[in-house]
Amino acid sequence: MSSVNLKSPEVVIREIRLGSITGFQGNAENLVKKSHSGTLEDAPRSFSQCTGCSSGQAFCQLCMIPDAAVINHAPIGCMGDANGFNFVYRVGQMERRLPASSGRYFSSNIGESDTIFGGTETLRNAIQTVFERVYPHAIFVTTSCASGITGDDVESVTNEMTEKLKIPVVACFCEGFKSKIWTTGFDSAYHAIVRGIVKPPKQKTNRVNIINFWGSHIFDSLLHRLGYEPQYVVAFSTIGELEHISEAAASIQVCQTLGTYLGAALEQVYGVPEIKTSPGYGIAGTDEWLRELGTVLDRRDEVEKIIAEGHERVLPELVKWRERFKGKTAFVTAGAAHGHALIAVLRELGFEVKGAAIFHHDPVYDNGCAQADMLARDVKDYGDIQNFNVCNKQAFELVNLLRRTKPDIFIARHGGMTVWGAKLGIPTLLIGDEQLSFGYDGILRYAERIAETLDNTEFVTNLAKHSTMPYTKWWLEQDPYAFLGGDMIVESY
Amino acid sequence: MSKVIEQPRYSCALGAQQTVVAIKRAVPVLHSGPGCCNKITSLIGQGESYAGGSTIPCTNSNERDVVFGGVEKLRSVVNGALQVVDADLYVILTGCTASIVGDDIDSVAQEFRDAGKPVVCAETGGFKTNNYRSHEVVVNSVIDQYVDAHRAEGGVQKRLVNVFATVPYQDPYWNGNLAEIKRVLEGIGLKVNILFGQESEGLPEWKTIPNAEFNIVASSWVGLGIAKHLKQKYGTPYFHFPYLPVGGVETSRFLRQTAEFAGLDKNRVEAFIDSEEKKFYSFLERMADFLLEFRYGLPRRFYSILDASYAIGFAKYLVNELGVVPARQFIVDDTPEEFRGEIRGEFAHLTERRSVSVEFETDGGIIQQRIRQDENKTRALILGSGWDRDLAKDLNADLLILGVPVEYRLILNCGYAGYRGGLRVIEDIYDRVLDTYR
Repeated sequence: MSSVNLKSPEVVIREIRLGSITGFQGNAENLVKKSHSGTLEDAPRSFSQCTGCSSGQAFCQLCMIPDAAVINHAPIGCMGDANGFNFVYRVGQMERRLPASSGRYFSSNIGESDTIFGGTETLRNAIQTVFERVYPHAIFVTTSCASGITGDDVESVTNEMTEKLKIPVVACFCEGFKSKIWTTGFDSAYHAIVRGIVKPPKQKTNRVNIINFWGSHIFDSLLHRLGYEPQYVVAFSTIGELEHISEAAASIQVCQTLGTYLGAALEQVYGVPEIKTSPGYGIAGTDEWLRELGTVLDRRDEVEKIIAEGHERVLPELVKWRERFKGKTAFVTAGAAHGHALIAVLRELGFEVKGAAIFHHDPVYDNGCAQADMLARDVKDYGDIQNFNVCNKQAFELVNLLRRTKPDIFIARHGGMTVWGAKLGIPTLLIGDEQLSFGYDGILRYAERIAETLDNTEFVTNLAKHSTMPYTKWWLEQDPYAFLGGDMIVESY
Repeated sequence: MSKVIEQPRYSCALGAQQTVVAIKRAVPVLHSGPGCCNKITSLIGQGESYAGGSTIPCTNSNERDVVFGGVEKLRSVVNGALQVVDADLYVILTGCTASIVGDDIDSVAQEFRDAGKPVVCAETGGFKTNNYRSHEVVVNSVIDQYVDAHRAEGGVQKRLVNVFATVPYQDPYWNGNLAEIKRVLEGIGLKVNILFGQESEGLPEWKTIPNAEFNIVASSWVGLGIAKHLKQKYGTPYFHFPYLPVGGVETSRFLRQTAEFAGLDKNRVEAFIDSEEKKFYSFLERMADFLLEFRYGLPRRFYSILDASYAIGFAKYLVNELGVVPARQFIVDDTPEEFRGEIRGEFAHLTERRSVSVEFETDGGIIQQRIRQDENKTRALILGSGWDRDLAKDLNADLLILGVPVEYRLILNCGYAGYRGGLRVIEDIYDRVLDTYR
C-alpha cells in the first residue's frame, strides 16, 4: 500500500506510516529481525530529556529555497532555530560562491488571544505582509503546537491566499506534539513541496535528483561521467527547479532517514525511479549502490569500470588505514540511516563499534524495499553490533553507556551530544557534511578525520580533568536502560 | 494589522528556561513539546553550561498528553529528574501544549515539595508572552515557592542588596555584566546578591533574598516586576536605575545614586569612584589622540537595534564619552506600553543639549528597511545582532553585535557594563573598525 497520499494536507506520521520507534536496547541483528518480521515495538521511557521536533526539521528543508519565504505560524519562540539555519544557509552560499543573503523567515507571532479566538486572521495578515515585503515565488507556512491545538484551519487560509496572490502558498503541517520522531518533519516538508510546488512532468530530462541536506557536491563527476546532470534538492534549488524534479531520470538518497518520503513520492506519483538500495557507504555498500545506479540509469558497463577503478584506487590505502586502526574501538550517535552508514565506514576501517545510540529506527522506508535497510547491510557485511541503543538524544543514557563502553573514539552526527564524550576524556568527532564519507573515496576522507581526532587527546584529557558532571553518582551506576520500558510509572516517551 | 516578526531577537515565555540555567545548580524541567528547548538554546543559549541544553529534562508532550492531559507524565519525569540530574533546584516550566491543555502543574510541584523535594513551577506557555516578562515570572515563582520556605535566619541585613540587572542569556553578556556590577557595588561597601552566573553563590545566596536591606533594578523595565513583588512580600524598598550603566560617567552616576539611596558613607563611595575613574579616564585619555587623529574614517554616528537597557546605556556612553552621535534608535524588546514614556524621556534628554527620538519595533525586516532608506552619507556603527550583518556590509557600516542572535561571536565573560565594560566597548568597536583596513 502506498504511503503517499497527496490529497491529504497532512502527511501520516512515521510511527503509523512506517512503524518507527524511538526506544530499543539490544543488538543490531535482533533489531533488524524484528523490523523485517513486523514485530518491532517501541519502548517508552519514564524519564526523558528534551529532543527535537518536526517543525525544526520541516523548516530545515524549506528554509534554503532561495526564492521562497517561510512563515512559522506560531508564538515567537518556535522561530528560535531560524538564526542557526540561516547561518548554515550562508555557509552554503560561501561554498557555492553565491552572494550573501539571509533567508526570509517570519513568525506570525501568535499570542494568547489567537489561542482563544483562533489565529487564522493573524496568519492571513502575515501572508499578505510577507508577500508585499518579499515578493517570493512561493510561501510556505509551517504550523506549531499552539496553532495545531487551537485548531486553526491553515489549509483553508493557504488555499485562499494562493488564489489571491497567484503564487503557491503551501501549508506544511509539522506540529511538534504530533510525532515523537522529529524526522517526520522532513516528510511534512516534502509532502508540502510535492503537493504544492512540483508539477507533473512534461518531458523526461537527464537530471538526477540528489536528496540531501546541503552537503558537498560529490556526485558531480560521477553523474557527468554517466552522462547525467545532478540536481541537488531541496537546499539551493529554486521554486522553478523544484517544479521540475518530477522530470528527473532518477532520485538518489544520501540518507533515507531524510529522503524516504520524497524519493517514494516522486516515484509513486510521477514515476521517477528511486535508487532504493542503501546508500554507498563502505566498499561492499558502494559496490551494490553503484550497480543499482548503473541499472536504473542504464549504464551498467561504465559503472563496472568505475567500481574497478575505485577498488584499485582505494583498497591499497584502506589496508594501511586498517593496520593503523587495528584494535581501536568506537561509539556512534547519529540519526538513523546515516548512523548506520557511519558504522559501516568505521568497520570498513577496522574499528570495533562497541555500541551506538541511534535517534530512532524506521523498520522500513516508504519504498517498502528491504534492500534499502542500511542496518541490515551493516549486519550482513560486517556482523552484529552489541549495545545497539535506539535513543532519541537522551544524553543521560548516552553518558552512562559511554562510561561503560570506554571507546577510543566517539562519533556524533548532531549537536548537543559531543560534549559528553569530551567530558569523559574520549576523543570526539562531529562531522556536519554527511557526504564526506560517501563512496570509495569517502572512506579515506573519513579515515583522515578520524586519525586527526585520535591523535588529538590533550584537549579532551584536560577538559575531562576540569569538567563537572550534572548526572548523579546513583544514575551512573544504574543500568543505562533503567528508565526504558519495564516497570515504568507511566508511558512517558 | 499584521504583527509579523522577521528575524526574531527574543524568545517566547518558555525562553525563561535560561533564567533557571543561569542559577548555579538549578535545572529547568520542561513540560512542553519536544523541540522547544532546542529552539530556545539555538537563539539564546550559546554554551550548554552545567545542566542546560541537551541535559534539560522534558516531558516531550505528544498527542496523547494533549488529548488526555500530561500530568502523570510530568510527575514521572520530575521523579526521574530528581534521581538522575544532580541539582539543588528543579523548576517546572510549561510550554504551549501544557498551558493550552491546562495541566495542573501547581499540584504536581506541591506534591514534590510536600515530600521535601526542591521543586517549583511556573506557567510559561510560549504564546502567553516573551522571555523578558517571563523572566520575572520565573524569578518570582522561585522566590515564592522555594526561597520563602528556606529563607535565611535573621532579619534584614544592613548593606545586603539583591541586584536585578539583566536577563541571563537574552543579554549575551549577562555574566560579564553582572560580575562588573557586583564588583563596583562591593567597591562602595555593599554586600551583593547577584543571583545569576559565576559570581553568584547560587541557592544559598537566593535564600537571603528576603534579608536584603534594599533591591537594585539596573534595567529599564525588566526586573521592576520582581522588585515590586519583593516590596509587597517582604517590604524591601528598591532603587531603580533605568538602564545599563556603561563607562565612567554613567557608572559613577549609578554608584552615587545607589549610595544616596542607601545612605552609604560618602567618603568611601567617592574614594572608590575616584580610584576607578582615574583608571578609566587614563585609558580614555591615552586613546583620545587616536580618536581625533585617525584620518581614514571612523564611525561618527550609530544606529541601535537593541533592548531598552542597552540602547539607553550605550547611547549615553557613545555620545558623552566617545563622540559618536545617535542616528535612528530602535528598541526591540517589545517594551510594554507603560514603560515607553520613561524610555522616550531618557532619549529626549540624552545629553543636556541633545534630544533623540526612539522607535519601538520588533520586526527586524522593517527596521532594516528604515535604516536602508537613510541618506547614509558618513560611516556608521550599528549596534545590533547577527541578523544585521548584511545591512552593515551594504552600508559599509561597522557592526558590534550586542544582542541575540550573536552567531558571529563567542562570548565567555565579556561584559560591557561598568568602568571595565566601558573600556571593552572601545576595544571592541575600534577593533572592528581597524580590521576593515587592508
